[in-house]
Amino acid sequence: MIEIVNKPYSYTFKNYASKNEKILCLSGDLTSSCEVDEFRDEFPNQFVSMGMAEQNMMSFAGGLSMSGYIPFIHTFGVFTYRRPYDQLLASIAYPRRKIRIMGFLPGITTPAGMTHQAIEDISIMRTIPNMTVIETGDATEVESICEQANNVDGPVYCRILRGSVPRLFDTPLKIGDIRVLNSGTDLLLITSGICTEEALRARSVLIDAGISILHLHVHTFKPFNEEKILDLLNNVKLGVITMENHLVNGGLGTLIAEIISKHGLSKKLMKLGLNDTFAHGGSKQYLTKYYGFDAYALIKSIEKFIGQPLNIEEKDLEKARIENVHSLSKAEAL
Amino acid sequence: MQNKLKSEEIALRIRRRVFEHCIKNNGAYLSQACSSAEQLAWLYNEALNIGDSIMPSIPENFSGVPSIDNKQYKTGAGYNGPVSNEFDRFIFAPAHYALVAYATLIEVGRMDPAGLLMFNKDGSSVEIIGAEHSPGMEMHNGTLGIGLSTAAGIAYGRKLNKEKGETCVFMSDGELQEGQIWEALQVSVYYKLDNLWAIIDVNEQQVDGAMSEVLDIGDVRKKINAFGAKCIEIDGHDIDAMRQAKKEPHKDQPLIILARTCPYKGMNYLKKRFPRLHYVRFKSEEERNKMNIEISKELGIEPIEY
Repeated sequence: MIEIVNKPYSYTFKNYASKNEKILCLSGDLTSSCEVDEFRDEFPNQFVSMGMAEQNMMSFAGGLSMSGYIPFIHTFGVFTYRRPYDQLLASIAYPRRKIRIMGFLPGITTPAGMTHQAIEDISIMRTIPNMTVIETGDATEVESICEQANNVDGPVYCRILRGSVPRLFDTPLKIGDIRVLNSGTDLLLITSGICTEEALRARSVLIDAGISILHLHVHTFKPFNEEKILDLLNNVKLGVITMENHLVNGGLGTLIAEIISKHGLSKKLMKLGLNDTFAHGGSKQYLTKYYGFDAYALIKSIEKFIGQPLNIEEKDLEKARIENVHSLSKAEAL
Repeated sequence: MQNKLKSEEIALRIRRRVFEHCIKNNGAYLSQACSSAEQLAWLYNEALNIGDSIMPSIPENFSGVPSIDNKQYKTGAGYNGPVSNEFDRFIFAPAHYALVAYATLIEVGRMDPAGLLMFNKDGSSVEIIGAEHSPGMEMHNGTLGIGLSTAAGIAYGRKLNKEKGETCVFMSDGELQEGQIWEALQVSVYYKLDNLWAIIDVNEQQVDGAMSEVLDIGDVRKKINAFGAKCIEIDGHDIDAMRQAKKEPHKDQPLIILARTCPYKGMNYLKKRFPRLHYVRFKSEEERNKMNIEISKELGIEPIEY
């Protein structure tokens, strides 16, 4: 049984930031939603309430950085780049300010629909010069994110998981690394964020069906470890499948496509995720199924990819972990 | 740092220098010099408590944007002196006023006149729209509206640090149309940033023409006061009025000085072009020649040779 960790960001940020008085916790009116309410209550002097004014928050953070502070910005991922994109570039990215942007609710991990779902954030962030882009995929990665992000000499965007987060890994996230979760020779399966947990649900069944899978988990989109991927790409026979909680254009799948074409490799690539579409409000389980990037969709896609039936039923998968949308570990239903 | 020259004299010299540049280069952001010369002269000559420039008097060429491979990148803030607890920090918000800023730096002895020969030349840091690496600049303000927020962040940090120096922003009124300015005011008032002040060149001009015809923003003073800042309105060509305005007590409030100005002050001949004053480029050789003769006369100089 997978260990489920309750609010790993909450204690991680509190432990980390309370030891460095130069760190300021900025919140765009989403303090408990971003699990920094305990920090606010215990360390009010390091907390700056910015209200619902993201354009100002980005430039204000730039100013704080110019007076020697390290702002950690807390809000939903979408609110860090859609409205204040101009400020993100001029006040944070260009001058390489050491500002740590903590983006919550990555992809479809919220029932709040299009306005709240950051489905193109990785695509946008990774094309911004000077920006480092990270996505957490489990509780251990969330537990390492503050320290790792703060070691970066420049701005960082992090996709943060909140609430009940599974623990999949036992070693901390290291920026620039790629995790090898399983070795195999037929298929290269590359997943990120919550999709790694989904892939893990499918993997043993796939292996039982005779598919040899080389499974990688990507947490650092930029700087991306091209050498490692290149090496592993050469080791598989059939091709590559990527699965991401993001548009298939601009994120993980595109990154891999860029590497394949750059090096002139002849590898088939299938990209799972949101296929050039917005999503709507619903649960994670419903949305990943509806848009075709849950564990069973992965199996069906692999059948298509290799051109043979695998005779796996949905019930064969390990029981899906169902989250209670109104569980106590969330500030509100969003 | 008090210059030997009076601020009024510096203002006249700023106008002359920008005008000379405009004639020689067949165009410039000229009306901005008319409206803001007194404010910039006063800021650098009297109001700002800043140290001597720590940058070369002839600016170095552009040496690459900030990147992981270019950590040596320097902003142009060093022309406003070093950063220290005591000194003020100055944010120059309307980046298209860059020529006026450079002319000011020259007239107060912070930049060599030769620096202006590099203006808008390929490979130069003396850019037409002030960049972070341009003399006197510390950030890209070409996207109007981010200056006040940035200054508010600096002021907040300086309060936490218990620093003595203030943070000042020079702004223009057109950018008040941007929503971010009002977000910045909200936050500055909420956090009682009385170590923050701004002087706004209210010339009522924007790219398309007079603000009243593009997007009238009404009674700015009333609005800023309603936001809870201390707002004072003065004649932006009256340096004494600036001195008085800066002395106004504003405990627990940011101070915003609205400097009402004329976009052809000191160059009345420019009025002919009103309200198309954002960028003055001559329509004909005849116009250039005529303007050279008429405005030179107003500025008390011989016509510019070009």
